[in-house]
Amino acid sequence: MDTKKRISMGVAALILIGVYFVPIWSISMDAPQYPEGIGMNITVDNIQGKEKNDLQNINGLNHYIGMKEINPDSIPELKIMPFIFGFLIISGVVIAIVGDRKWILFWLGIFVLLAIAGLVDFYIWGYDYGHNLNPDAPIKVPGMTYQPPLLGSKQLLNINATSLPHIGFYISLLSMGIAGTVWWKSKED
Amino acid sequence: MSKMLKKSLLWPFAVVAAIGFLSMGCSSNGEFGSSSDAAEKVYVAPGEHDEFYGFFSGGYNGQLGVYGLPSGRHIFTIPVFSQAAVNGWGYNEETKPMFQTSDGFVPWGDAHHPELSQTNGETDGRWVFINENNTPRIARIGLDEFRTQEIIEIPNSAGNHASSFVTPNTEYVTAATRFSVPMDEDNLQNMDVSIDSYKDNFQGTISFIKVSDEGHMNIDFQIRMPGFNYDLSHSGKGPSDGWAFFTSYNSEEAHTMLEINASKNDKDYIAAINWEKAAEYAANGEGKMIPGEHYRNYIDHEEGGVAKSELIEEVRVLDPRELDGLVYFLPTPKSPHGVDVDPSGRYIAAGGKLSTVIPVHSFDKMMTAIENEDFEGEEQGIPVLNYESILHGEVENPGLGPLHTEFDDKGNAYTTAFISSEIVKWDVETLEVVDRIDVYYSPGHLMIPGGDSQNPDGKYLVALNKITKDRYLPTGPEMFHSAQLIDISGEKMQLLLDFPTEGEPHYAQGIAAEKVKENQKRFYEIEGNNHPHAAKSEKETRVERDGNEVHVYMTTIRSHFAPDNIEGIKVGDEVYFHVTNLEQDWDVPHGFAMKGANNAELLIMPGETMTLKWEPKKVGVFPFYCTDFCSALHQEMQGYVRVSSEDSDVEVSYSTGQS
Repeated sequence: MDTKKRISMGVAALILIGVYFVPIWSISMDAPQYPEGIGMNITVDNIQGKEKNDLQNINGLNHYIGMKEINPDSIPELKIMPFIFGFLIISGVVIAIVGDRKWILFWLGIFVLLAIAGLVDFYIWGYDYGHNLNPDAPIKVPGMTYQPPLLGSKQLLNINATSLPHIGFYISLLSMGIAGTVWWKSKED
Repeated sequence: MSKMLKKSLLWPFAVVAAIGFLSMGCSSNGEFGSSSDAAEKVYVAPGEHDEFYGFFSGGYNGQLGVYGLPSGRHIFTIPVFSQAAVNGWGYNEETKPMFQTSDGFVPWGDAHHPELSQTNGETDGRWVFINENNTPRIARIGLDEFRTQEIIEIPNSAGNHASSFVTPNTEYVTAATRFSVPMDEDNLQNMDVSIDSYKDNFQGTISFIKVSDEGHMNIDFQIRMPGFNYDLSHSGKGPSDGWAFFTSYNSEEAHTMLEINASKNDKDYIAAINWEKAAEYAANGEGKMIPGEHYRNYIDHEEGGVAKSELIEEVRVLDPRELDGLVYFLPTPKSPHGVDVDPSGRYIAAGGKLSTVIPVHSFDKMMTAIENEDFEGEEQGIPVLNYESILHGEVENPGLGPLHTEFDDKGNAYTTAFISSEIVKWDVETLEVVDRIDVYYSPGHLMIPGGDSQNPDGKYLVALNKITKDRYLPTGPEMFHSAQLIDISGEKMQLLLDFPTEGEPHYAQGIAAEKVKENQKRFYEIEGNNHPHAAKSEKETRVERDGNEVHVYMTTIRSHFAPDNIEGIKVGDEVYFHVTNLEQDWDVPHGFAMKGANNAELLIMPGETMTLKWEPKKVGVFPFYCTDFCSALHQEMQGYVRVSSEDSDVEVSYSTGQS
């Protein structure tokens, strides 16, 4: 691998630092009673309201239907994720220094697997919140579950919930793309 | 022949029919009534905002009405000088001190003239001030939260009518006494003397209230004035900045049957006060400090949201007989009511309510006359300028009973004529009447957004009517007063809309909505709640007994109280419910009403704490509940207090959510 490709691989790893500063995923909700919208952003180590008190207000709404309170402190994934990205950054840089093409594939494979695992975990998390309702909930709609969509929009009562990747996710995709290109281009080396 | 006769007999009928047909749909000057074109101009589609906020004094309801313009929609009422049971203003422990005066607790007021704060002669959307006529006071209302934040009492004053008008950078708010009263020469203390000693003993005062950057008000100085009735005011601007003008009537100094006895003189006076010079005198310690007990009451959310009352013992008084260049009298026909300075600051229009012309003074000429000591005499030590020397001119045929004038951005003035029930538009330079429009019935003040500032929005005019007989569905002997919205953007004035207003609005002020909206508070940060009795989470809720005082630290959130079961209260206790609303969302107040309480409810905004005092008088279990529909489970938002006999040994206990 030539220097240029090593630098590219280094860049692929290092741009992941950006993930620490921006949200990875976003859930927005629209309803007539919330004309300005309400929503939350998932970052590498936290879940935050889009506006200052959105999370509190979402929890306020959720308690009517018996959904668990969304409490970032009680979600173990948010404690692990910073280390996963840390591992990807450091290992990516090491691979760039060593310059061994086959390790890039290995790195990419782990990255993709982690990403899939993350999405599966996110789905399970959403399934649990949407189905595992408090039997004492004030409002019970027969047959109704409140699982948010994994990707795209879904109508939950009169609330339209939209779940979309945020900048952090696209940074990850870009990182994979760069690493993949480096691997592909270095075939002739 | 008979045919001819028939024909000639029918002729008059034909003429009458023709006239009737021609005049159909166009009464008097064609501007009465409205058209579909007018409807379009005032239509604000659902979800869209009005272009202007209008602040209308509530007159004898003591409050301030907020209206959207051009729709005329009543948006809100801000409680100011009168208790408002709707949200506990003046009933709850936090706001009761706002009604403190040197006469004790005064729970009602007569609110007359709102005035928006200004910066560089333009409305700035920070505050609106308003005067109270009966127990002389001035309030400051913050437009960040649409709440009264401060009320200051004016000592040595009786009937605070000529206020609250601001100087171009809100350096001062002015106030002048409507009624002169007997005051001793040295200390201006009200005296026990015969009323017919008016000419010997009665005096007036004009007050200048300094406004700090945070809005806090204090009386910088008062000016002792002859015993006239002071009516209205406006500050100078541009070249006349530094001066303030006050109309007076009763220069006859009559004390009975004023309708005759105070209407004799051909001219009364506008008092021109050089406030810049007065401020200098005051800063240099001129004049003297005299006793003048008055209260300043203020409430600040950041400081805990509990009103504080401060007694101020003294006030500085300047005497124009001793200090040169302070006050000049401008002779003005006849019993002048309004005094209005045009946007250029060069002309001072008076509303001589018994005059057949509108006299307009020139500020330049006034200054020249002062320089040349062109005086026609003196009135109780105050120089009286020569009418002819200071006059810019008189507006001829302005209608009967001209009262108030506001201005547009094109050099026009608009004056209400009370007796002839019309608004007359005239050119400020040429003094020619260019248009007039009838209004229902007798108009008092009028308002153009920014119309008394240096930068009017000359789009709409609101005529505030004093009498409103048949504009709406009848509601018995009493009815709301009427306002009429008139389009002044074109050559001809056009009536667009009638809308009813609360109380008897005297004056109104208007401001572009954009200047206000961006600074709006939507809720209070719970972390910023510095109320001494706040419970900022359900964990902090508790009930504490201290002798016969019981303090309940309670929280509200959709849709429950914590605690919702309280026991151990006894007959004869003083129970204080300190209720904190934990919500952090826009427009989720919670109400709190206690059965049998002798005051009012609480209406607590998100993040805020309010206190209701309750003195239970009967044994039993009493419910309390949320009054403001807060959620699907609002009706379930309730609780119970058990009240035991005075000698019972039931211990204080409380709980939430145990079944």
